[in-house]
Formats: sequence, C-alpha cells, structure tokens
Amino acid sequence: MDGSKFDDVLTGEQKIRNFNINFGPQHPAAHGVLRLVLELDGEIVERCDPHIGLLHRGTEKLMESRTYLQNLPYLDRLDYVAPMNQEHAWCLAIERLTGVEVPRRASLIRVLYSEIGRILSHLLNVTTQAMDVGALTPPLWGFEEREKLMIFYERACGARLHAAYFRPGGVHQDLPDELLDDIEEWAIDFPAVLDDIDGLLTENRIFKQRNADIGVVTEDDIQKYGFSGVMVRGSGLAWDLRRAQPYECYDEFDFQIPVGKNGDCYDRYLCRMEEMRQSISIIRQAIVKLREATGDVLARGKITPPPRAEMKTSMEALIHHFKLYTEGFHVPAGEVYAAVEAPKGEFGVYLVADGTNRPYRAKLRAPGYLHLQAMDYICKGHQLADVAAIIGTMDVVFGEIDR
Amino acid sequence: MNEALEELGALIAAKRPDCVLDYAVANGELTVNVAPASLHGLVEFLTTNPSCQFSTLVDITAVDHPSRPKRFEVVYHFLSMYQNHRIRLKVAIREEDMVASITDIHPSANWFEREVFDMFGILFSGHPDLRRILTDYGFRGHPLRKDFPTTGYTEVRYDEAQKRVVYEPVSLVQEYRQFDFMSPWEGAEYILPGDEKKEEA
Repeated sequence: MDGSKFDDVLTGEQKIRNFNINFGPQHPAAHGVLRLVLELDGEIVERCDPHIGLLHRGTEKLMESRTYLQNLPYLDRLDYVAPMNQEHAWCLAIERLTGVEVPRRASLIRVLYSEIGRILSHLLNVTTQAMDVGALTPPLWGFEEREKLMIFYERACGARLHAAYFRPGGVHQDLPDELLDDIEEWAIDFPAVLDDIDGLLTENRIFKQRNADIGVVTEDDIQKYGFSGVMVRGSGLAWDLRRAQPYECYDEFDFQIPVGKNGDCYDRYLCRMEEMRQSISIIRQAIVKLREATGDVLARGKITPPPRAEMKTSMEALIHHFKLYTEGFHVPAGEVYAAVEAPKGEFGVYLVADGTNRPYRAKLRAPGYLHLQAMDYICKGHQLADVAAIIGTMDVVFGEIDR
Repeated sequence: MNEALEELGALIAAKRPDCVLDYAVANGELTVNVAPASLHGLVEFLTTNPSCQFSTLVDITAVDHPSRPKRFEVVYHFLSMYQNHRIRLKVAIREEDMVASITDIHPSANWFEREVFDMFGILFSGHPDLRRILTDYGFRGHPLRKDFPTTGYTEVRYDEAQKRVVYEPVSLVQEYRQFDFMSPWEGAEYILPGDEKKEEA
C-alpha cells in the first residue's frame, strides 16, 4: 500500500508513504505508560505495535528472594485499580498448596471486598473510557464513588490502595459492625449514582457513535487470543470463573452473568454497568451473611499469626509470631495454578514451591497482557480516533501488564 | 473432579502415546510431561479433539533449574471454556535447545513466547517476531534465570552535566542481602566463620 507498485501512473511527487506515529508513552488515553507505534494510511490504522515494559519492575524476580508473606504486597501493585482481587489469587495458591481451610467469616469478607474491588475497577474503566471518547462528567461522578469505596478499604486495613488485607489463611483484621452498616448504606445509595451515569452515557448520541460497532470481538477471536472477563462476556459467552469454577464461597451467592450481543465496545460498556449492579447484590448478600457468621477471620495455625492477646501470656505464641514475621512459613513442595475472576478477566498465579519459605518461581498471569496483545488484530482497519476507545474498552492497567 | 482429570490424562496418553512422557493429577490439576519434539503436535491435538477442546491458551512460562541437566522447564497452561477443564503441559529442555512455537495454533502465544525468550533466553523456532518485550531497549541478559542477580548489572540516572540519562554499572553501598533461613539443626551444609574445628595436630 506504499504506492510503489504504481510507478508508471504516479509521478515522484505523488508517491504516498504510510505515516508512522508514536502513541504515548505519555498519552492521557493510553491508561498508563503504553507506547503504540501506529502505521497510518490516512486516518486508518494499518498496523499497531504496542511496546510494553515501560513499567516493568521485575516483580517475579523480586518475589523469588522474599518470603510468601513479604510477597503479598507486590500483588497490590499489579492491578492497582482493584488491589485485593490480586491478593486473593496469591492467597488461594498458597492455601491450596498448604491445604488450609479459610474460616467462613474470612471467606465472606473476601467476597465482599473482591466485589468492592470489582466496582472500583469497573467505575474507573467505564468513566475513563467515556472520557477517552469525549465525555468529561462521568469520571468526576465515578471518582466520587471510588473515593467512598477506598475509604471502606482504609477502614478495613488502613490503606486506600495497597491494602495487603487478604492473608494466606484468611484476612488480616476483622471488620467492625459499623463498617458493615456503612457499606450496606452505601450499597443502597449507589444504584442511583449508577443510574445517573447510565443517563449520561447509555443513550448519549456521541457515546454510541464512538463505541457501537467499534472493536468487535467474535467467539473465534476470544479463543484465538485468549481473552477473559468482560472481553468474553461482551460477545455473548457467559464465561465467569465465579460461576464456572467457583472459588471461595461464590457458589452460595445468587447473581447473574450479564452478556453482550454484538461484542463491540458499547456492549462491553453495558456489561460492566450491569456487573456493577450484580456486585451490589453480592455485597448486600455478603453483609447479611456476615452478620450471622461471627467467628475468627484467620485459620490459626502455622501460616497465620497467633491472636494478639495470646502473645501477651504465651511464650510459644510470641516465638511463633517472631518466626512467622522473620523466617516466614514454609510451603510444601509442589506447583499450583490458582485463578480468580478479577475485574479485568482471569488473573492467575502459577506458583512453584520447593519446600522453603520463599517461592521458587511465581508467575503472574495478567488478563490485560493478552488483551493488549490483540491490539494489532482489533485495531486494524479502524480509525485513529477509535484506538483510544479500544484501549479503554480493553481495560488495560500497566501495573499488571508490565509486572 | 480428580477422577475426571485422571480419565482425561489417560485418554490423552492413550491417543498420543508418542507425545506423553507421563501424567499426574496433583492439587486438583492435571500435569502432562511432553517430549519437546512432539509439543506442537500435542497442542494441536488438544485444541481439536472434541473431548479436550483446549481452545484457550492461558499462560506460557518457564522455570529455571540450574542443577538439572535439562535446565529449563517450559510450562503451558490451557483452558477449555466448553468442557470447563484445565491442563498443564511441561516440556523439559536443555539450555541450548529450541522449542517449537505454537503461535500458528494460538496467536495468543506470541507475547508469552517473547516474554519467555526475554526472561530466560529460550528460543522458539517458527516464532514470527521474537523480540524482547518487557525489559529495556538494549537490555542484556535474561533476568529470570537463577544466575542473574536480582540487582541486575546496570543502573540508570539522569546526568546533569551531559543532560541525558546515563547507564552505569550497579554500585551498591551494601551488598544485596539474601538471608539464609536454613536452621543449623536441620543440616546446614556450611560452617559459619569462626565455627571451624581445630585442625588435628
């Protein structure tokens, strides 16, 4: 398409060469540090080569020289939009290797906070994707709600983002009853905010023009490019790990899996909106169950610290606490792949343990990595302006892609 | 769950006895050890066979075992959304061996293979574009190999005199601390300085 084949027709002056541009690494619509090398024929994208790794921190290498518990906060820094969902996969992997049963209350708290994480992530994605295609108000409204959710994070664990709250064997601290009341109150009010955002976007002419029929993904593409999460459900496949391969106690919750019809950006937006409503329903169910399930939030044993009160009187408990936070616990040799349905898709941890206190190898499988990989395939033939909409709908976060 | 995986493993082993070295079910997961030469054929079989239908590639990674003669283990994870099961394939290779790329069956393998090349230096034959992916432009070495130091070899800083970012060899004010947690009662294979026995006169 570079015009060289038409030498006999065109004079030298008329030769047309495709235009290469750099999209990013510092571009507000790139959702982080993404550098795209785009080859454009006019305004049509001919080729798209994502250069990633600008946020590479060597997490997997660092994890090999730290104990299992010291590694947990690294998981927060992957998808920093919904930190606890990543921790969840790490804890599940360790629990499966060590054979630890999580107490019921801890399990319910994990479900509650995973769903809060899902709303955090979807709120950010839906509203910033809208900003990428020209709407300024939704992010302002969405971030107000995210702020409230992060305060719930803070009240549970003391940190707004890097929580380190889910621990192997349960969760770090119990939730006070007032916090449950406040979350419930928020869950009652939140659908109204969703309806407001809905009113801004769903029937908005510009939003529809920019999203409908853009970035269409078929069932075949899903299999070929290894998509997961909303990228799958937007195309009509009801695939959700919470339902298909239930982990934690998701099997006792009542929720629907929204699916799209056309597999375009607009359907994925609708799926995310509906998923937030489903998450609200799960949160409310979890709170009802939490009020009944009183008990410990950690499976007391080798991999969890002893209760604080016990440490004041028991020497053994004190030694245990000291050993746990210096040497750490040992995980029996073996390998395991634990996956959770993170807001962005299937987040997995492949853990190879060699019986010591450090993982021999930990591979973090990020959903965004595969989604971004398909950029070239999906963007081909789209206009330059659609690239921003497609990056937005893929829900990429560079913490987890670059690791 | 485990019986179904056991059955699946037996089925694959029976259908493709030339590819499967052995299989095991552990922690509720099926792991199949594959001969390097027959990997491509087996992946194709797993994708198309109606009782397997492993149409989604979940992950490709590698594990470095420097002490083994076959140093690297390349690990593949597959998922079937239709049959709702997972499988793990493992290929043991020597340092100089190449692995057949599966990008023609699963286009999603592209970046995973690039990452494994980047991190471990394993070459994939038939890969369309085997460039580095996560490390810096012009990076040297393969960071996830066990003999690569966690601190790396170079560090960057902005040089005020040259008005640009410069690369320098890593200089540490304190050695990177790698604690040894082996209990001396559990048979440590070293003698602490000052603990040596006096030489027999």
